[in-house]
Formats: sequence, structure tokens, C-alpha cells
Amino acid sequence: MASLTGVREYTRITEIKGPLLIVEGVSRVAYDEIVEVELSTGEKRRGRVLEVNRNIAVVQVFEGTTGITTTGTKVRFLGRPLEIPLSEDMLGRVFNGLGEPIDGGPPIIAEEKRDVNGAPLNPAERDYPEDFIQTGVSAIDGMNTLVRGQKLPIFSGSGLPHNILAAQIARQATVRGEEEEFAVVFAAIGIKYDDYYFFKKFFEETGALNRVAMFVNLADEPAMIRLVTPRTALTLAEYLAYERDMHVLVILTDMTNYAEALREISAAREEVPGRQGYPGYLYSDLASIYERAGRVKGKKGSITQMPILTMPNDDITHPIPDLTGYITEGQIVLSRELYNRGIYPPINVLMSLSRLMKEGIGPGKPREDHAEVSNQLYAAYSRGVELRSLAAVVGEESLSKTERLYLKFADEFERKFLSQGTRENRDIEKTLDLAWEVLSILPEEELTNIREEYVRKYHPKYKGG
Amino acid sequence: MVPLRGRIVRISGPLVVAEGMTGAKMYEMVRVGEDRLIGEITRIRGDLAYIQVYESTSGLRPGEPVEGTGYPLSVELGPGLIGTIYDGVQRPLPLIAEIIASKMPQRRMFIERGVEAPPLPREKKWSFTQGDPDKNYKLRPGDKVEPGDVLGWVQETEIIKHKIMVPPGIHGKLRWLASEGDYTITEPIAEIEMDGTVKEITMSHRWPVRTPRPYREKLEPTEPLITGMRIIDTMFPMAKGGTGAIPGGFGTGKTVTLHSLAQWSSANVVIYIGCGERGNEMTEVLVRFPKYKDPWTGKPLMERTILIANTSNMPVAAREASIYTGVTLAEYYRDMGYDVLLVADSTSRWAEALREIAGRLEEMPAEEGYPSYLASRLAEFYERAGRVVALGNPERLGSVTLVGAVSPPGGDFTEPVTSHTKRFIRVFWALDTKLAYSRHYPAINWLLSYSAYVDTVENWWSENVDPLWREYRDEAMAILNREDELMEIVRLVGTEGLDEKDKLTLETARLIKDGFLKQNAFDPIDAFSPPLKQFKLLKMIIDIHRKALEMIERGFTVAQIKEALGRLYLEIVRAKFTIPNDKLEEIDALEEKVIKTLEDYEAKVMVHG
Repeated sequence: MASLTGVREYTRITEIKGPLLIVEGVSRVAYDEIVEVELSTGEKRRGRVLEVNRNIAVVQVFEGTTGITTTGTKVRFLGRPLEIPLSEDMLGRVFNGLGEPIDGGPPIIAEEKRDVNGAPLNPAERDYPEDFIQTGVSAIDGMNTLVRGQKLPIFSGSGLPHNILAAQIARQATVRGEEEEFAVVFAAIGIKYDDYYFFKKFFEETGALNRVAMFVNLADEPAMIRLVTPRTALTLAEYLAYERDMHVLVILTDMTNYAEALREISAAREEVPGRQGYPGYLYSDLASIYERAGRVKGKKGSITQMPILTMPNDDITHPIPDLTGYITEGQIVLSRELYNRGIYPPINVLMSLSRLMKEGIGPGKPREDHAEVSNQLYAAYSRGVELRSLAAVVGEESLSKTERLYLKFADEFERKFLSQGTRENRDIEKTLDLAWEVLSILPEEELTNIREEYVRKYHPKYKGG
Repeated sequence: MVPLRGRIVRISGPLVVAEGMTGAKMYEMVRVGEDRLIGEITRIRGDLAYIQVYESTSGLRPGEPVEGTGYPLSVELGPGLIGTIYDGVQRPLPLIAEIIASKMPQRRMFIERGVEAPPLPREKKWSFTQGDPDKNYKLRPGDKVEPGDVLGWVQETEIIKHKIMVPPGIHGKLRWLASEGDYTITEPIAEIEMDGTVKEITMSHRWPVRTPRPYREKLEPTEPLITGMRIIDTMFPMAKGGTGAIPGGFGTGKTVTLHSLAQWSSANVVIYIGCGERGNEMTEVLVRFPKYKDPWTGKPLMERTILIANTSNMPVAAREASIYTGVTLAEYYRDMGYDVLLVADSTSRWAEALREIAGRLEEMPAEEGYPSYLASRLAEFYERAGRVVALGNPERLGSVTLVGAVSPPGGDFTEPVTSHTKRFIRVFWALDTKLAYSRHYPAINWLLSYSAYVDTVENWWSENVDPLWREYRDEAMAILNREDELMEIVRLVGTEGLDEKDKLTLETARLIKDGFLKQNAFDPIDAFSPPLKQFKLLKMIIDIHRKALEMIERGFTVAQIKEALGRLYLEIVRAKFTIPNDKLEEIDALEEKVIKTLEDYEAKVMVHG
């Protein structure tokens, strides 16, 4: 940020609406500058400058404007952007959304201070993610492979087990051949205490707590801080990855709450809305969070992002999942239908996707047949699902013999391949062998996506006679 | 001229308002604030100028200076463009990293503000040769010259001979032409006497991005732009100088399709604009293209590629500019006589940038908050495509083909960007979520897509590949359309309720999909299918269909035919990736083998039956 001057204090508040204060008579106020608001009661709140017009500043108050009066309130412009102190010692600690410790521990001795907004990564300085992360979950490893430096969200619905799945991935994720575990940066964005407690207990139980930094903004805490929480978390993640050579897994939950806070501030500013009342810049704003993942040239560390969002009414075309899907490198979609049938993890593989999968499973990666087996599973399962709905109308007897085998395949695929225990950690060989086992239900002529060579080598019929 | 100087009065996101700007020109480029951020004037009211700023405005404050430059937002044109990756306002990204690293080594990977980076290398010497590289044409002092006349050329990359032309707007008598030798882009290589004054010509000049470059005449696009993608070349072809759009929800493979286009197209120069998309996608191109070979010249792909990266997290105003920057570079190479392909991923993000800036200017919104001029801006952009006779001598034909991705919210094709785009393009490759879910790639839906160039490129196929091309193509399309109708019936009665002819249609449609339309962009053989291979594969499938139809008329069933084929079926489906592109006769052999197998089976059953 350009050379900012020191602290200046003003008291002329002319308007208060929603989370916004309009302050007049200010001078030399910078766009995006951080503000301290002192109420007549002595209470202090924080905010930032959203717009400056000559001597008028529009200030967004993080903790809300409840109780603020136009007289007797002091607004201090602090002459700097929102920054947080950074240190490796932040692992193992708990912070609020603004990056202040709330676990009763000592304050952070800063090694560095950084603007939480970050700066865009130069695409020419990025390194392409390609290290296969084994999560031990077949539906992910086999068909939607995660790689180090990817941003792969979980699209869920209320009540679905996304927390359990995210925790399972955080626990089991390894890059084969490397000892080092991931450092985890966890941002709770407007979630319920129960959800937070689940993760906290989980990290404690697995003994991972000293490798986890948590940034917590719960559902009953000020909504405006939700706009900062993921940025604070990612600022630490960038520091750990690019300046401390760590591999960082960032879990952001729940991004739907974030987008709703953004809509609230946009409405208060009377901006022209885009779809469903969300601001027209929702895409760019979400991108400024999600794009803070990746690997860079010449640095050992990486940031892998796993945002979680609940789709309102399970609707994937809702602006939040929709725009997220356009930015992230794929998505893991949970299905209520599978969940109701008792299948865990209830991953709808057909709607799920990992865009970086091809790099993670290319030549020299765990197993040569991976890509083609995955394609075959997709083709066969989608045909099976299609025939299943057809059979529901016309009856199984109206289907050909081959078509009936596809029905059997779809059932077995869900029962054997997709389903697994919440603590079951399958290696990739086990996952692929299971895939072959279910694929062998189909006649060999149906395996059009796999080359003959691999069929001969891995098909149970040929393998070991 | 004293540069214009004003002061900032208001900052709201990427929009800055400055006062004291009397005399400012609309669309003039300005420097904003003490960090001298790049901006462009988009509205003038009294002495106020509304400026869209191409870098983050965090920390700017009222009172900071704004300085006019006197010229509109322009690009620098000259040798050194190819192989470079630029941001939306033509700053080379690797150079930005170098400059930042020299001040703050640990921040090297981030784009900080206020970096000035010249678009073309200033020090590099290029070996200049007089005359046109391809034709017997050489200007001499004393000759009359007009815009577009080729003064000489330099070898820009292994593939591209960069022609140095008389810039638009300059004509007169050639007084002096540099002898062959090495020159930088700022050293004069010619002098032209124009209206009594002498103009020095260098190997580079500037051109305003929002103004289309002039040409002599526009022609009809009749030559296909071969892409190696079967569903495109055979079913919905693109023509050199044509316009096309790829709309599709997320995960439908827009980017993979665009990468394939950039990689395999029979264009001389490819310009890839990452407009508001993922950073890693640009990195992927940067990592892959230098390693991959251009299928037409055998040289590394980067030798013909220019990248423009304004990713989703980079400033939104520069995203708006990136499209114009790209198309201006495309026109420049067109003027040299090259076929240029420009792909823009994604025009929706560009439209959103337009919407965001319009919102900040408090303009009256039209549909879904987009400004009312969205349609005219889209029209202006796509109108910059075309196959043209370039200005100047010797005569040159060049083309700019424009392909834009569209990212409709929720995959809804009735939204404003998709529906307006459809009015201005002639090829529509509709991506389908359902196909993508079953990993049928490219997920181009054959019922919703269209190409207005099928008729115009028919001659080319007929003369260069096979006279029967159109017949086979139309028959395949008919089978696919018929399948769709039949599926309506199947949903009521199941497949077993159909008669044998209809069952065959379903089987053939499946064969066309699996053996022809589906194409693996990551398979070394399948990724690029030359035109003759496309034709032979399709011919094989249709000929087998015709043979099977004959058999059915003689009383055979589809089940019998499938039994007769046995494992041969797999060979047919896999031919696209098992038969190498230089052994196409194997497709003929396979077809013969299949037909023979069916005939033998027929004979056998006839004897026994």
C-alpha cells in the first residue's frame, strides 16, 4: 500500500445504515484503509473504508453498527490496510476471524506482517500442480484425484456428512514416498458451534493439533468478519507455504455463509444486484479467495484448498456453487439420495470432477491403468444409472441382457467401490483392484475405454488365472 | 505538450474520479496516484474524468495526482510478441516478476502494483532483411509507399517471419531503407517523406486497442480451420476468418477444448486469452506448449503462440481490456498475411467486468445488471474476425478467427451473454453437462450445435479429402438425430420393444459416439485426428451400418450381427487411438475385415439356415 500517514480521528457521522457508517469531513483517507470505531461507551470496533468521495468516507464496521450513535462516536483511520502478524508459532493456536488469539495463549510475536488481501499470484511464476495426494477414499483417488496445490471444494447440502469426509481426508491425505504431513489451516466461517466442536475434537483426537491453526467466526458472531476470515487464514497459509516451505491444506467452511455476508454488504450499499441478489462481482470476489492456492516456482511449499459449501436447497445451479465451480479445479458433490440409502461417502461421482487429475495420474504416477479405468467407470456407471431410471419405468425384462448387466454393475459399484468406512484408508492399488472387480461384471466387449494390454494385465479373468 | 494533471476526488473499487481534467480525451490512458497505476478514461463530466484503473486501488486517497498520457490505451506491435505471456494491458508477466524480485525477492511470485514493464524487449537486436520473404518484392529508395507495404522482415521465431510493414496512416516516398543487419525495435530502418516531412520508421509502432486495424477487403471464409477434433472438423467445422462460441457450464470441458484448439489448429499464429479464468490453466499452457510440437510445422508450439493472462484474481478492469489487446495483436499478424486464431476464455468474465465497471459508474442496467451496450460491444468484438486482403503490397491474404468461451450461470443458455453472443457468431459448439458427467469428451452436444460453414467448406473437403465427405457426414448426423427420436420411444417401451432397424440405429449411434465423436485430448494418437483419418473412421462406421442394414433386410437380427462381430467391435471403437495417424491404410484394412466377417457369417447362416 502507498505510503500512508498516521492515525487520524473524526467524529462527524452523518448516516448509519446496515453495517455502514458515512463519515464526513475526513481528509487523506485511503481506499481500503482500516478503521477503529470507538463508541461513547468506550467499546471499540473495527472496520474498513469501502469508498472515499472527496471528504466523505463509507466505512464498513465488522462487528455491526448496533448501538452506534451519530454523536459521541469517534472514528479513527489507522493509516494502514488490515494486516496480521505472522509466525510459524501460529500452528497449534486458535484465532478469531481478524487473526487475534482467542485461546488464552500468549500473543503472537510477529516474524512478518502482511496485508490480508494478499496480491494475485503471477501466472508465469506458478508451477503446475501434479503430485498425487492419496486420500484413501476410493471415489476421490480413483475417479477425482486430488493433487498438491489444487483447490477442490466439497459441494454439500445441509445435514450431509461433509465434515466427516473433510476430516477423513485431512487425516489420511499423504503424498506417497514423502514422510511430511500437511500443516492444516482451518477457517470456520459463520458455522455452528457443533460443527466447530467436531473439527476441534477431531484435531485433538488425531494428535494433529500442533499442526493446525484455526480461525474461527461462529454463526452468532458478527457477519462482516466472515468477509475477512478466509483471507486471514490464507495469509497465514501463504506465509507457511512460500516462506516456510510447508505443504498446507486449507479448509474453508462454509463458503455459503461468506457469500451471504457479501450480499448483505452489497445490499446495504445499494449496488445493482446480479443473480438472486448477489453482487455482480461475486465471481471476482470468490476468485480472490480461491485463487490463493497453488505452487510456485522455486518454492518447496504448496497450498491445497478444500472449501466446503452447502448448496441452498441442494441446488448446484445456485450462484454460490455455480460460480465456485467456475473458479475451482473441480468439485466433490455429495448426494442426498446416496446418503439416504446409507452409502458413505455419499459422493455423486458423475457430478464430481477433478480438473488436475490427469496430471496426478500420468506416466510415472502410481499405476498406468488409472486414467483408462477411471474413464471406463464413468462411462459404465453413467450408463447404469441411466438404465436404472429406464428400468423403473419399463421394467427390467424390457432391457437386453447386456443392459441388465449394467444395472448389476451400478449396484455393485455403489456397494463395493464407493462405500467405505469413515476410518477405512484404501491405497490406490486397492482402489483400482476394486474397480476392476466391479468392471468385470460387464462383458469384455463393453470395456471400450481401456486398451487391450491393460485388460490382459489387470482384469481378474486374466490376472492370476 | 504539457501533460494533463488532475487530482483524485473519489475511489470506489476499480473506479477513480479525478478533477481538474479539462482537456482529457475519452479513452485516454492516464497514470493514477503516486504509484502511477495504469488507467483509462471512460467518462467525462465537466472537469471530472471517470477512470477505470487496471491495478488494485487499495490505499489510493483523494488528492493524489492523475496524469494524462495524451494517447489512448494502445499496444506495442513489433517483433518479440510471439512466445510471450502478457497481462491484460500488455505487460510481460515474467518481466514483472523480475522487476518485483529485484526489490522484494520473497514477493517475486506476486503481482504488486505500479510496475512498468515495456511490452517488447528494447535491447534485443533482430536481423533485418529487405523485401518480402515469400514473394519477389523489394522496395527501393524513391518508390512510392502506402500503408501495409512490406519493407523487410525478421525471423521472429523458427515458424514466424515477421514482416515489417509501413504502419497505417503513413504514405509517401521512401527516402531511405536500412541495409541488411541487426537492429533493435527503436532504431530507424526506413525514412518516408510524407507531405513534405520525413517520418522515421522503426520496427515497432503503437496501435490503439479499441480501434480495428484497417484492411483492403473482406472475403468469404471458405477454407476450414482444421482442428484435429472430429466433432468440430467433420460435424461443425470452423472456417479461417470465422467466429464461434463454446458455451457450457462448469466442468463441461470448455478449457480443454480451447486448449486443444490452440494446440492443434491449422493456424499460423495462436493468441490465447485467459480472461478472468484460473491461474493454473495459464500455467498449464506455459508448461506444456514449449514441450509440444505444432502438428503443422513440427516446431514447439510456443513459437507460434502469444498468451494473455488476466486471471480471475487480477484486476477486473484489465480483464475488460485484455480482449481488445488480444484481438489487436491478432489483426497485426493478419496484416502480415497469416491465419490467426484467437481464443478467449471466457467472454462471460469479460462481460462481467463490463457489468462491474458500469455498476460503479451508476449506469442504468439492462438484463441481469449488464449494461445496455453489452450486445453492441460483443458485436464489435466478433466483427473484428474475418478473412481479408491486407493493405499494401505484395498482395496478402490473412485471417482472424475468433472463438470465445461463454460461461453461462447455471448452464442456462438463455442468459444475456450467451443469447447475445449467438447473434454474432456462426459456429455454436454447445457443451452439455450430461455428456460431461459420463465423461463423453469433447462434450459438444450434436443436437444443439451448429455451423454455418458446413456449406462453405464442403468444396475444400471434396477437393482435398474425399468427394463423399458431405454425404457421409450428413448420414451420420441423420443417424444421431434419429437416435434422439428413438430414445423418446425407448423411455416408454424399453429397447427390446423396438424393431431391428431401429435397434441398429441405436447401436450405430453408439458406435458413432464411442468410435468417432469421443476423443481423448490427452492420448498421444487420439488427440489430433487428421482430416483423412476423420473421413476414413466415419466412412468405416457408416459402411458397416449400411452392410448391417442390408443384413437386417434379409432377416438377420442386431444380436446376430453383434455376435458375428465379436471382439472386432472393440477394434472398431479403438481404431481412433490404436491406428497411428501415419498408417491410415489400416483403417481401410479393418473395414474390409469387418465387412468380410459379416459376409462370411451371412453365408454361413444362409447355408445352415
